[in-house]
Amino acid sequence: MDTTTTAAAPSTGEAVLDAEVLRGRLEALAASEGVRRWDLGASCSTDTSVQVDRGEAKQMKGAQRSAITLRVWNEDGLVGITSTSDLSDDGLARALAGARDASAYGNVDEVPDFSPLATAPLPQLDQPLSAPLSILTLLDTLKQAERDLLGRHPAIGTVPYNGLAQRSSDRLYINSNGACRQQRLSTASLYLYARAEEAGRKPRSAGAVRLAYGAAGLDVAGCVQEAAERTISHLDYAPIVTGRYTCVFSPEAFLDLIGAFSSMFNARAVLDGVSLSRRDSLGEQLAVPFLSLADNGLHPANVGASAFDGEGTPTRRLSLLEGGVLRHFLHSEATARAFGVPPTGHAGMGAKVSVGPDWFEIGPTPGSDAGATGLDRFGSGTRGEDRGLVVIDSLSALHAGVKASQGSFSLPFDGWLVEDGSPRSIEAATVAGDIRTVLKGIVGFEGPAKVTPDGLCPHVWVEGLSITGDA
Amino acid sequence: MVVSPPAASGAADAVTKSASPAALGDPAWRSVLEPLLAGGRSAGADLVEVFLERSDHLGLLAEQDAITSVSPSFGAGAGIRVFLGERDGFVSTNDLSPSGLRLALEQALGMLGLLLPARAGGFDGLPNLRDFAAAKDGWLRACPSLGEATGRLLEGTDRLQRHGQHLQVRRGSYARDWQEVLVAASDGTFARDVRLHQSVGLNVLAADGDHRASLGRRYGTSDSPDDLRRWDAEASAADVCASAATMLYADYVEAGQLPVVLANRFGGVIFHEACGHLLETTQVERGTTPFAAMVGEPIAHEALTAVDEGLTDGAFGSLSMDDEGMEPQRTVLIENGILQRFLSDRAGERRTGHARTGSGRRQSHAFAAASRMRNTYIAAGPHSPEDLIASVDKGLYCKSMGGGSVGPTGQFNFAVEEGYLIENGALTRPVKGATLIGDAKEVMPRISMCANDLELAAGFCGSVSGSIFVTVGQPHIKVDSITVGGR
Repeated sequence: MDTTTTAAAPSTGEAVLDAEVLRGRLEALAASEGVRRWDLGASCSTDTSVQVDRGEAKQMKGAQRSAITLRVWNEDGLVGITSTSDLSDDGLARALAGARDASAYGNVDEVPDFSPLATAPLPQLDQPLSAPLSILTLLDTLKQAERDLLGRHPAIGTVPYNGLAQRSSDRLYINSNGACRQQRLSTASLYLYARAEEAGRKPRSAGAVRLAYGAAGLDVAGCVQEAAERTISHLDYAPIVTGRYTCVFSPEAFLDLIGAFSSMFNARAVLDGVSLSRRDSLGEQLAVPFLSLADNGLHPANVGASAFDGEGTPTRRLSLLEGGVLRHFLHSEATARAFGVPPTGHAGMGAKVSVGPDWFEIGPTPGSDAGATGLDRFGSGTRGEDRGLVVIDSLSALHAGVKASQGSFSLPFDGWLVEDGSPRSIEAATVAGDIRTVLKGIVGFEGPAKVTPDGLCPHVWVEGLSITGDA
Repeated sequence: MVVSPPAASGAADAVTKSASPAALGDPAWRSVLEPLLAGGRSAGADLVEVFLERSDHLGLLAEQDAITSVSPSFGAGAGIRVFLGERDGFVSTNDLSPSGLRLALEQALGMLGLLLPARAGGFDGLPNLRDFAAAKDGWLRACPSLGEATGRLLEGTDRLQRHGQHLQVRRGSYARDWQEVLVAASDGTFARDVRLHQSVGLNVLAADGDHRASLGRRYGTSDSPDDLRRWDAEASAADVCASAATMLYADYVEAGQLPVVLANRFGGVIFHEACGHLLETTQVERGTTPFAAMVGEPIAHEALTAVDEGLTDGAFGSLSMDDEGMEPQRTVLIENGILQRFLSDRAGERRTGHARTGSGRRQSHAFAAASRMRNTYIAAGPHSPEDLIASVDKGLYCKSMGGGSVGPTGQFNFAVEEGYLIENGALTRPVKGATLIGDAKEVMPRISMCANDLELAAGFCGSVSGSIFVTVGQPHIKVDSITVGGR
């Protein structure tokens, strides 16, 4: 038997997985061990990346990675898994034995099954495959980007966090019932975070990110421009007085906040009792009527979208909030079975299958005025009794400052205070609140929806949030 | 000495005849590694380093009274790093065959414009192996079996049920990370080690009407196969449940500038985030630390002395050797407020001139090592914890801390999981929802009192070279003023 699991792709020279070889080896191993039901997720990738520091290469990196997760059902129907990077015959045999051992401790109360959609047609994604550029080309591109950014303002002295990376990857899902999913992908990313400092003042920092299907397709100039504009906009700063403000979330910041509380839409979290939602929350008014929210991994702007989830279920658009009303939860096979609905394509793969969102679309409910006509009453920080508007550009420390199961958050942010129509960067501050209050305290949207790496969203105005500053 | 490139080595086949990589204590690895190092040096590299790793991980989750996840994994890989002047190229791979390693070396050399020659010379071979793992090879087998480990976790969630009230969710989790590493470099480094980290955590979500509180504790040690067996599930559960009961009905903290007393153990996250990261040469290289040129100068209150070391027996951040093959040291970072030195690794030493401190660390072979903290703590002072609280008229007592982070300008933040108001020198009401933010340069001089109750706590630190095991620690300390974010 041919024991090669990875092979060179004829067009690009990048590693790809050979699904049929892998299936053949697993079938033989499973038969010899008496395992009749199994599935497997596998991936391999090649990566190259560069970082620079003031005109010089700082670090250049490459990586070849492979990984599998093997899941087996034992004679009692219980499930066990094992993961490994060792795709040799010995590695697969050890993984199978490990998964079978683990299955003795499988959860009798919730046994995963194959997704009923694991052989359903997959969506067609327009994802051009790009041949990787040479690492020296990446280096030249990043050096030029750094040079351009440093030249935008005399206060920008360094770009301490920067990187240009490209990846070619291959991922598959197969199971003992004949399902076979495979997806090849090439992606590239650029990030530039500049640090600026003026004499006698504190250093300030901001940045930008771009994604594409290949390094040649990255919007380098746009990334430089955005990083420069955002950094320069924070140079003139002042402390803010602690109090309640009307806040305007940037698309990135609002998507981050929704992402941190996505357990509200997660059937796994609902069943586990750690979500703010309950099984009977469907149909509840969670947000203002003019807010709608969907998860849509298939959006054309979602670079690197997956065609299928960890259980082989096709990715699809799923409406979560319509007119502010909770309509659906994100599901795996097991949670969907518990709710009596089809799986939605949001599963990972594991002994306990995780569920998570892909890419959010947030915007006005069709037919609504999105609250936009009412924004004038908040002025632009021009009314005498106003403290001004706080624009929240980016949130930090979501891993620490969010209590998803409680609904509360208290997060540092970068942003501006708008008074008399003029924005001024805020020195250091936190914003705190409750996500349920935020969703019902939205007073409107502003501007067109912006594409970000995490989703699509306009600027979102929210009333009455607590801001703590050090003025 | 002339050494052939690795693909031509017959001895190499002995290592990889079975498809899975051999244990790293196998002497045949020498004949795989020496040609790589010789080839890299002959290509013109200043230094070549090969990091080999085998790993074995087990993760368990118990929810309520059932085991809901058993997640074993194992793997192997290599990271090859080549230095030329201050530049370096790094390639990682899961392919430990001689041809796979040779390809990785060629790629790393190519990043620096170097070519692997057909014949290699100029390398005298590796010295005798420094084997820190000699007495550790039985550790993995000595760890609790699956049955024993799941039993202990269920004991933990059962204890939560006994101690807790209004508990909607009870969770116990266990992680066992075993790692065998072999480091060989063209400067004569040749060392092997085995590391074992185990951690166990309990988490609860208490709910009563609109009141909710989620709290957790995690305990971790290194190099002790019996750790889970010795874990005091009863005390851990009682501790978590007592905090949850207190915080369930707590009000949100009132925001403002306040004096703060931080408890010992995980309170040390303030020093880790506010200052520790800024004393890594990685930050000097990037120009993101305000302390780069301040060795010998005051950067903190004279009451403060801070240490980073990898030596404390059983601590989560302790090491027999770092991930560059160097034995760890006890590094005094700050003494009586004066900056003493930085934490440094190979790259840091080459690029900043700060001597290595045994602090080169990485999550796995997939990351190049970087200067990182180990067991980092503020030294004990002369006061009692009660002295600190009594010195505050109106402020915040932070009994339990969540995670934190620091940005490129030195702005740090961390969350308070369990807090109490201090009024007129005494603790009064519990409060929740506080986030502390500040600027390292401004806050360090405000740590004005240190108590005499230094304790350490296990944690995980994510940064440039991945997520690593660390210890934070401190006695109770008082910060004269800091921004407390809240509602």
